[in-house]
Amino acid sequence: MTLFEQFPILMVVVPMFVAPLLAIVPSRGHLPWSIATITNAVIFFIAVSLTQQVLVDGTIFYELGNWPVPFGIGLMISPFSALMLLIITGASLVALLVGYDSMPSEVGAEHQSLLYSCWLLALTGLIGIAISGDAFNIFVFMEISSLAAYVMVANGPNRRALTASFNYLVTGTTGATMYLIGVGYLYMMTGSLNLMDISERLADISDTLPVMIAGGFLVVGLALKAALFPMHAWMPNTYQFAPTPVTIFFAACSTKVALFVMMRFEFVVLLPNLGEPAYFLSSLLIPLCVAAFLVGSAVAIFERNLKRMLGYSSVAQIGYIVLAISLASSAGMTAAILHFFNHALIKAALFTAVAAMLLRYGSDNIDSLAGVGRRMPLTSFAFVIAGLSLIGVPLTAGFISKWYLIQAVLEEPGLGILLTVLILVSSLMAVVYIWKVVEVAYLKAPAGQKLDEIKREEAPALILIVLWALVIANVWFGIDPSLPLALANMEVVELLGVGR
Amino acid sequence: MTLLGLYNYWVFIFLLAVGIYAVVAKGNYVKRMIGLAIFQAAVFLLFITMDKVEGGTGPVILPNAPIDQLYANPLPQVLILTAIVVGISVTALGLAIAIRIREEYGSVEEADTRRQDEQA
Repeated sequence: MTLFEQFPILMVVVPMFVAPLLAIVPSRGHLPWSIATITNAVIFFIAVSLTQQVLVDGTIFYELGNWPVPFGIGLMISPFSALMLLIITGASLVALLVGYDSMPSEVGAEHQSLLYSCWLLALTGLIGIAISGDAFNIFVFMEISSLAAYVMVANGPNRRALTASFNYLVTGTTGATMYLIGVGYLYMMTGSLNLMDISERLADISDTLPVMIAGGFLVVGLALKAALFPMHAWMPNTYQFAPTPVTIFFAACSTKVALFVMMRFEFVVLLPNLGEPAYFLSSLLIPLCVAAFLVGSAVAIFERNLKRMLGYSSVAQIGYIVLAISLASSAGMTAAILHFFNHALIKAALFTAVAAMLLRYGSDNIDSLAGVGRRMPLTSFAFVIAGLSLIGVPLTAGFISKWYLIQAVLEEPGLGILLTVLILVSSLMAVVYIWKVVEVAYLKAPAGQKLDEIKREEAPALILIVLWALVIANVWFGIDPSLPLALANMEVVELLGVGR
Repeated sequence: MTLLGLYNYWVFIFLLAVGIYAVVAKGNYVKRMIGLAIFQAAVFLLFITMDKVEGGTGPVILPNAPIDQLYANPLPQVLILTAIVVGISVTALGLAIAIRIREEYGSVEEADTRRQDEQA
């Protein structure tokens, strides 16, 4: 019994126990921030170590209290979970580092310690979802992270944060409750809550009506949580009105965690057993995904608020991911997993740049950012590179995602060419909305000023370092995507078997 | 099992529909929270119904119980205890946000808050 063996559960336990302590720490200076950041750094290193272990040995199974599964609760760290852990803890760390400068300007000093306490609870929940192998535990972790998320969103500087948070709460709870109904039906038919165990027991009864209804409820509930079109209404509001560091954190991982659960159910529980009906179910999602990336990109073009524009861009990106999932092929699964990772890098970088601009300009309206390319050249240039990555220009992470996505789509007989064209159209729309920002940043001068007269006033050093680390990561994983690719391939081999 | 024998499931579906209707159709934040609570209660009923074993008694083993004694399944009850706690937290938080909305806007009607946002 070494500490090393207990790493899986420590991922959840450490932030969970620090969170209530943080709530009673005095809210003075940077004390609450420091505690949250140190805690996050610790679990980030645990996540890295777990990933190394998974890369060598494959999926880690951990039994809580040594109770054998399915009687006890099991944790399951598959290669994909390991990648999720990296995304979640990494995004949260980045967002916290940005929050050092950015948070005090948006959230009152007296609320800092409670806010960071909620932050750690959200982190606990998201990590728990990524490593849990138990359907009901996933529900509980989902609600822990969501409740903390509602509180953080409601603390945004504008009073509209309150209504945004309320709508987020209603939608999120509806989604989680539908997920619970799905789990209930599965439990009714199988008598088990462990995903692997459910999968085995379903084999004989897979074509019964309750199992299919369960599949329907699970997919709809999780689609609500993941903001899949047309259930996305809450997301742009939430991204716009939440404090910016919170937006960085959520944009990179919160909706993806719901998609992660969807993939777990689709590939572990439903597809191996349901066969044809499940393929039919997932093909129903394809039109929704196409609508998601076309409508999301189109709305983003006309949006004048920068954070909201990026929110609609996320609606489109979710569309790509779900499209890759709903192909239900090994190539599609690889593409989806890669885009999980790359989109987190892209959106974290973009929102970090927005946080920096917001700090200097006090507004996230695109028109008021005129001349930002001169005033904050490093920040603006980082935004442009991340934007290129979002579009999918070669040598950036975004290109790798698009490349694998299009390859997966082309495997589909009949629809392949059409879907490829639509993906390209949506990418071109991304060019338009990123260009909109570039134009304002570099070519327009603020009223009553000439471009040459603008004084340089960069973002704080810490934000710049984080921002450029993210941008370099975007380029790095665009040239050498071996880490996410290795984990994605391992996951595909484990779940679908070789040669499928 | 006759149609009437599925009584609990009919109630489950009815509550589910009532809850969803209130959540979607009502513009008052408090009423929407009530709808959400009804929606969640429906799911509690689903779980509580499925744990019932015909002729089964409470899941406690008494010293002089016959060997062939049937018991209700305790697991869904435990799950629902947890889900009720989650439901209460959500309701409490939702109402707290509704109170804050009233402090800021002076109303808990969505139409009012929307109008004020558009004017601002």
